[in-house]
Amino acid sequence: MRILVMTKPVPDPAANAERLGPDLRLDRAASPTVVNGNDEYGLEAALQLVEAHGGEVAILTMAPATGIETMRKALAMGAMRGVLVADDALGGADLPTTIRVLAAAAATQEFDLLLGGLDTSDGAGGAVTAGVAARLGLPLLSAAAKIDPDEAAGKVRVQRLSAKGYDLLEAPMPAVISCTQALGTPRYPSLKGIMAARSRQITTLTLVDLGTDLAPASGQWPSRVLGTLPPPSRAAGRIVTGAPADQAREIADYLADRRII
Amino acid sequence: MTQSGPILGTTRLTEEQLLLREAVRVLADERVAPRAAAIDREGAFPEDIRALLAEHDVFAIPFAEQHGGLGADLLTLILAIEQLSRACATTGLILAVQALGAVPIQVAGTTEQQDRWLPGLASGEKLIAFGLTEPDAGSDPSGIRTKAVRDGDEYVIDGGKRFISHASVADYVVVFAITNPEADKPSRRLSAILVETDRPGFKVTRLEHKMGLRGSPTAELAFDGVRVPVGNRLGAEGQGFAIAMQTFERSRPGIAAQAVGIAQGALEAAAGYANQRKQFGKPIGELQMIQAMLADMDAATEAARHLLYTACDEIEAGNTEAARWAAMAKLVAGDTAMRVTTDAVQVFGGYGYIDEYPVERMMRDAKITQLYEGTQQIQRLIVARSLLARS
Repeated sequence: MRILVMTKPVPDPAANAERLGPDLRLDRAASPTVVNGNDEYGLEAALQLVEAHGGEVAILTMAPATGIETMRKALAMGAMRGVLVADDALGGADLPTTIRVLAAAAATQEFDLLLGGLDTSDGAGGAVTAGVAARLGLPLLSAAAKIDPDEAAGKVRVQRLSAKGYDLLEAPMPAVISCTQALGTPRYPSLKGIMAARSRQITTLTLVDLGTDLAPASGQWPSRVLGTLPPPSRAAGRIVTGAPADQAREIADYLADRRII
Repeated sequence: MTQSGPILGTTRLTEEQLLLREAVRVLADERVAPRAAAIDREGAFPEDIRALLAEHDVFAIPFAEQHGGLGADLLTLILAIEQLSRACATTGLILAVQALGAVPIQVAGTTEQQDRWLPGLASGEKLIAFGLTEPDAGSDPSGIRTKAVRDGDEYVIDGGKRFISHASVADYVVVFAITNPEADKPSRRLSAILVETDRPGFKVTRLEHKMGLRGSPTAELAFDGVRVPVGNRLGAEGQGFAIAMQTFERSRPGIAAQAVGIAQGALEAAAGYANQRKQFGKPIGELQMIQAMLADMDAATEAARHLLYTACDEIEAGNTEAARWAAMAKLVAGDTAMRVTTDAVQVFGGYGYIDEYPVERMMRDAKITQLYEGTQQIQRLIVARSLLARS
């Protein structure tokens, strides 16, 4: 089983230091970076699948050259090699460009499953994994809570999160899967994993390798960020007091009134 | 390298050291710190933390790669002990004692002995303790009474040890016992012998009730005709005292690291509290008297840390004054930990005196770093003798 996981370096949400530069692009120096949360859930699932079925987990990242540092964190968890797409022409790339470039890079690799996060914690566009699947002409199994490949049959089953529970999806492999927190807690890298990651291979690709027509000339992206606004602050919550049975009734009534239960 | 969390200096550390320190810091903050208060309250050896350290190869740090270790240098070990102790001094000691107990095997063991014992210690499957101190032989090892008498291919060990960290949970204890009572110098009378704790006649006679470091068991041991193969002796007969002193050169920095970690943990807690606690209509951190305390705490901790890091480099480089460097690092770090934790309690005021906050625990834990692995007075003796011999 060959699994390729798209891992994006994002500002560490725990550091709470994410900010945009004057050009309204992410200021990458402002915050330490980590592997995007949903990508990390996918990586953990991939590592568990390979531990159970054998095979190889590789990671694919599109980032500035400094993205290697964050890739090492993913390699320390157990991924065996990495592919980094780094090109100055990709600075500030929009969603369509990112999708085209990642799809072209994925196409240079052999895989049975291509995993990516349902969305990322910085851009939060939520379109890249699905877009890459569309671009590659591969089936997309979205919002995965469980991944169950059957190598002999050449198929993969996924439990997709739904409002009522799970949908059970099946597709032939190779397939693309978008990953969620429901896949389970990512492992901490062991110290030996960290040491081993230092010597694992990271191949760097540029637009010269993938096709210079993938990105618009000199950053003329079809979409641009015009400005940013903070979200409105949340209204104060309501505190329910009284005897436990009365509290429970009041909360149930509140939810029932809004047809939540 | 970018860092999240506390400010950590990066100068002179290699990329490898930075990565390992960061990994241990995350483990300490996310997995160890939430357990620290309960470990102190329960007063029992935290097997879950031991398993955590084993799972993440933390025990592997001070061991060579051929024994399943990471082959890291002394400074890397010190960085790990410091980060663990920042969160929980008991946890820092679990690694420090494992490293301490292994040093006699590493410096005096044969290849066969190293292959036999070190892999289990590197994986954390086995624990080891260091048995030197006796009721009447603390700072002065010439007072040791425990005897190992040769009987064919075995030694028969009789006597007792006291204040032996982890001996009640360890699989092995390196015991320092008299094998050559006739030697003219007391320092030539001892041998180091590895004793498996499941041997008949080995007994834990009591566990101490301590002021701090309460998750770390401190045992009194009795040896009642314990028979061990001669092949368990580390180094030559009569070499025990030299092995013990050589061990301290590498183990005292571990206790200094524990002290620096405790100080750093207390400093961070105090600074966080000073930003948040309001009196006279503003955070107490805006009061100059609090600022002065915090600044002194920070500077003292940083000074102790960098003396320790320098000591590690000197010891690793084979400096002939290794004992002096180790003693200075432990002396300064231990006194700093005591002062910084005491001041941290002061910053917290009355809240610092209760167990709702971690600083009273840190203050109790800090005290031991002035006492064990040689009291501060013994460290001063070593430093002064070294200085006077060169003058």
